[in-house]
Amino acid sequence: MSETVLELRNVTRAFELSQGAFRRAAKLTAVADVSLKVGRGEVFALVGESGSGKTTLAKMLLGLLPPTSGEILVDGMPISPKDRVAVSRRVQPIFQDPYSSLNPRKSVAQLIALPLIVHGVGDRTTRRAQVLAMLDRVGLSPRHYDAYPGQLSGGQRQRVAIARALILKPEVVICDEPTSALDVSVQAQILNLLLELKRELGLTYFFISHNLAVVEHLADRVAVMYLGRFVEERTRAGLFASPRHPYTRVLLESVLTPDPDLGVPDTRIGTAAGMPASELGCPFEPRCPSAAEVCRTTVPMVRTLPDGWTTCHLIEEEAAIVP
Amino acid sequence: MPLLEVENLVVDLPVSSGTLHAVNGISFNLERGETLAIVGESGSGKSMTSLAVMNLLPKRANRRANRLVFDGIDLANAPNARMRTLRGSRLAMIFQEPMTSLNPSYTIGNQLTEALRCHRSVPIASARDRAVQLLEKVGIPGAARRLGQYPHQLSGGLRQRVMIAMALMCGPDLIIADEPTTALDVTIQAQILHLLADLKREFGMAMILISHDLGVVARVADKVAVMYAGQVVESGAARSLFGTPRHPYTRGLLNCIPVPGRTTPGAPLGAIPGQLPSLIGPQRGCAFRERCAFAAPECAGDIAFITAEPGHDVRCVRLGALGMAA
Ligand SMILES: Nc1ncnc2c1ncn2[C@@H]1O[C@H](COP(=O)(O)OP(=O)(O)OP(=O)(O)O)[C@@H](O)[C@H]1O
Ligand SMILES: Nc1ncnc2c1ncn2[C@@H]1O[C@H](COP(=O)(O)OP(=O)(O)OP(=O)(O)O)[C@@H](O)[C@H]1O
Ligand code: SF4
Ligand SMILES: [Mg+2]
Ligand SMILES: [Mg+2]
Repeated sequence: MSETVLELRNVTRAFELSQGAFRRAAKLTAVADVSLKVGRGEVFALVGESGSGKTTLAKMLLGLLPPTSGEILVDGMPISPKDRVAVSRRVQPIFQDPYSSLNPRKSVAQLIALPLIVHGVGDRTTRRAQVLAMLDRVGLSPRHYDAYPGQLSGGQRQRVAIARALILKPEVVICDEPTSALDVSVQAQILNLLLELKRELGLTYFFISHNLAVVEHLADRVAVMYLGRFVEERTRAGLFASPRHPYTRVLLESVLTPDPDLGVPDTRIGTAAGMPASELGCPFEPRCPSAAEVCRTTVPMVRTLPDGWTTCHLIEEEAAIVP
Repeated sequence: MPLLEVENLVVDLPVSSGTLHAVNGISFNLERGETLAIVGESGSGKSMTSLAVMNLLPKRANRRANRLVFDGIDLANAPNARMRTLRGSRLAMIFQEPMTSLNPSYTIGNQLTEALRCHRSVPIASARDRAVQLLEKVGIPGAARRLGQYPHQLSGGLRQRVMIAMALMCGPDLIIADEPTTALDVTIQAQILHLLADLKREFGMAMILISHDLGVVARVADKVAVMYAGQVVESGAARSLFGTPRHPYTRGLLNCIPVPGRTTPGAPLGAIPGQLPSLIGPQRGCAFRERCAFAAPECAGDIAFITAEPGHDVRCVRLGALGMAA
């Protein structure tokens, strides 16, 4: 793998949930013991169902939320929310909703220039030139310079969000469902733009999406998250050709391609949605179509695979291919 | 006789700068047990079409149709009381925005059982049983416990599923589902679409499915109508339409989405440049012509439907020139 630009070491994040004045607060572990490395220039995709902890992980990568335990490193240097401003030079976000992530009272120029001002980059004249160049880069015209978000379409707003994320020339862009709120025609434009910018600027993407066809289109590596844990991490080609973890398999079976000869698959795991993870065994056991006795009693360890790893009792370890 | 006949449906909305033509003369028929999917980008008039059938349009809206007939009942002239009885018993709707049809001050159990008991005299216990059964079918675990909860105590995804269960309580003849699974995880989405397909098979329920997800549409629909700027630009059996999409807009839409095995990872996706035209003021010619790569002067004139294959109609004057005519 290329040089590591982003690394997580055993990162856990728990939330206290208040249960009223007289009861002890309950603890919810949104991210549990996650470790990962992202190489420079890679697209690392994260998939998993709603509530599995994807956004919580993204917020920690952005320095917006401290981990309860574990370490996050950017370029080998540990980050902490204390140096949020320093982190933001290197790691920038693009969020799902271009409607709520842009302040409606700021003009496009103000929105895009804000990171430059916060970091004291350049003066009025150079900032103006930079913003205009960035508008052009993301496919907006100079006439959008003084526009307000309310005057833009959803796709144009997402272009503004991308321009704002890229103006400081970050190394890593965290994309949390960047196209989920958009029409397919606009989604295609934004995905094309993201891929083009990545090639030109050598960006690294941490890409969260529930659209597996989109993930297959642009990811290099994919991690599958289930109730706060990674259950499988593979190369794109490996994961989509031969998913190993039972949850990954159900996820891929549920993808509906536009093929009228295939009906809707009956995956049969949904009825247990929202079931608590089993305490002793594999977190997926209560819903797993292939669960065995050992799955109820013992937490599965990591199984190494030629192009990654998974955590399931029923998967045989395979030697990693040493490059 | 079809279960639902819609002929030349028009929905106009007065706005400050004139009249907005949200639905501009669309026609379709639906048989018992049949699923029609309506696809098209945001603002193309999908929700307005379904609200027009249910007579739930915004007050200012002006609805007209040559025919709007459900099982022999003229919906265009049905009194409000008649419509209220039909809705919730024989006609049901799953709204795009889940909170619009859940009342925040009643429990889920109350609302589900009332949905049935308003229209049928069934004992409360059997209404409860049906509620629990449907909640389980839409993938809500511990359904019996959920009956005592209020809408605000549920996540968005759970609320969406409660709404789907509620629409199914009376066993409707026709259900209109407006983006029923957009906010849900793919695993739950598959499960709910599976349930709807079962109901269609078992009870002959007809469905109008509104979605912008071409994958969902292809897998669920018997026939498909592609909407653009308030009009249907192409319609036909799902197999025919997805097998040989003919209208430049339909083909453009299908080229926009990455399809595993068909598109090359990382390669640029097809794109439709530009935006939906303004729907305010008189509309003439092909509404897609500003964005269409094949547009010619005749596209500004009147455009009629051309039958490309039996049951597969396309609204484009250039089909012959594109080698796409029958
Ligand atoms: N500030 C918070 N306080 C308490 N619980 C929280 C907080 N933020 C997130 N959670 C909980 O942590 C879990 C993970 O949430 P998160 O938003 O990371 O999920 P997600 O994978 O991004 O889901 P989605 O796909 O719906 O966006 C959820 O159970 C959520 O309710
Ligand atoms: N209450 C309203 N007053 C005025 N115009 C409206 C109103 N509601 C919708 N419109 C307009 O009517 C047109 C059709 O809207 P409609 O909601 O039917 O679109 P849609 O196809 O359902 O889109 P989406 O995929 O975003 O739900 C749009 O141009 C929209 O802006
Ligand atoms: S009628 Fe003309 S503009 Fe419209 S889709 Fe056909 S070729 Fe394109
Ligand atoms: Mg999230
Ligand atoms: Mg709508």
